[in-house]
Amino acid sequence: MTRMRLRLTFPPHLIQEPIVYRLVKDFDIVINIRRADVKADYGWMALELDGEEAQLERGVKWLKEKGVQVDPIERDVISP
Amino acid sequence: MEKLNGLRCRECGRRYPATPVHVCEFCFGPLEVDYRYDALKRVVTRESITAGPPSMWRYKDLLPIEGDVAVGHHVGFTPLIRARNLADELGCREVWIKNDSVCHPSWSFKDRVVSVAVTKAKEFGFDTVACASTGNLANSVAAHAAEGRLRSYIFIPADLEQGKVLATLVYNPTLVAVHGTYDEVNRLCSEIADKYRWAFVNVNFRPYYSEGSKSYGFEIVEQLGWRTPGHIIVPCAGGSLIAKIWKAIKEFEQLGLIDGPVTTKMHAAQALGCGPIVTMVKNDTDVLVPVRPNTIAKSLAIGNPADGYYAYRTTKESGGFGEHATDEEIVEGMLLLARTEGIFTETAGGVTVAAAKKLIESGVIPRDESIVICVTGNGLKTPDALYDRLEAHVKIKPSLSAFDKALAELKAQTA
Repeated sequence: MTRMRLRLTFPPHLIQEPIVYRLVKDFDIVINIRRADVKADYGWMALELDGEEAQLERGVKWLKEKGVQVDPIERDVISP
Repeated sequence: MEKLNGLRCRECGRRYPATPVHVCEFCFGPLEVDYRYDALKRVVTRESITAGPPSMWRYKDLLPIEGDVAVGHHVGFTPLIRARNLADELGCREVWIKNDSVCHPSWSFKDRVVSVAVTKAKEFGFDTVACASTGNLANSVAAHAAEGRLRSYIFIPADLEQGKVLATLVYNPTLVAVHGTYDEVNRLCSEIADKYRWAFVNVNFRPYYSEGSKSYGFEIVEQLGWRTPGHIIVPCAGGSLIAKIWKAIKEFEQLGLIDGPVTTKMHAAQALGCGPIVTMVKNDTDVLVPVRPNTIAKSLAIGNPADGYYAYRTTKESGGFGEHATDEEIVEGMLLLARTEGIFTETAGGVTVAAAKKLIESGVIPRDESIVICVTGNGLKTPDALYDRLEAHVKIKPSLSAFDKALAELKAQTA
């Protein structure tokens, strides 16, 4: 099992989609929401994810393809 | 003197001992150093500070260092310059430049944060420091690691131009070029920081590292004669600097070191091509919408800044505002500062000069109030920003008559 800490940022067109549910159901990932702020047209979540490494990577890839911004919990680690 | 209570979550307030951790285990909020101000009040005075060295370490009591300073003994205490020529150009009474383009040893304000992080790394017994960076941070980490006899790993995106890495490679770090998109490199670095017992200065050492920025604010106040200016214009990348300068002012105020009431307004400055924090300020919202950077101001190009919310909150709390600068305005700002004050700043300084000009012209900053413009890096590091804009004015053959003729033509042009 591998653990990840990610921050997901949702654009307006995805706010009404059950993204987290799909992550759990389709990729067999255990999710713990630690902090979140979801508004009518925008939202973010700080998540802890547990799962097989390959499944986690597939889940992250799927999120990006959907248009979710996926960052580490620290956000931009690369500094100018 | 026991000066640290430990670390404290900036979101939920949960407390942690002062160890190399950076994220609250409960809410994933960022951790910040928590000081015992009651104890500090008994020992930190104007006299104790002025008796200290001519460096940022004169404020050591207010930095999270508990032992001796290990590296960067000469960092900080950079000039605060009364910019009379620039003030004339801007039509203002009192303009100052806080000039970290001459910060020792690597010519940017990053030396302040890195010297704290590397000293703290040695204090905790780490033998390796690291960072992921495309510029000033990499220079500074490699330099301070060399001085401290520590191993250093610097991670960069593989497509970074060679010219950008020379000023890092010279210090002999291990440079790791990672192939992949920005996002992939970014996430990998977070995972490496999590896995290895290294002092990743802006990740697991971030609570200590970021405190170094306060010294920039302490110096402004002391160099102004223990008073605070009306306005400070701060470049924003990750958003930490503006919040820490404000924290420095509030700490000095709490310790009774400032003459008169604090009325300083903190203004955020960003490039239009990467300005999510200023957008928050202008739209008056605490929602930060990440952007893809597209600007010549590479040293401010952070599209999803970790401290964006705190930067926004600083402008709100202080009554300040924010302004974007286009690439053209950034170059104009660099040239304006150079031709009026003889200071060659990098693009980030062009951003603050340009933003200050716009805030003054729009009336947000009254012309009769004191203004400090932050210059945080040296133009000699990024001369490419000006390649298309500058050329020799006069080209002549090697004869006195050719020069006489050219000079007469020049005088005729300017007459």
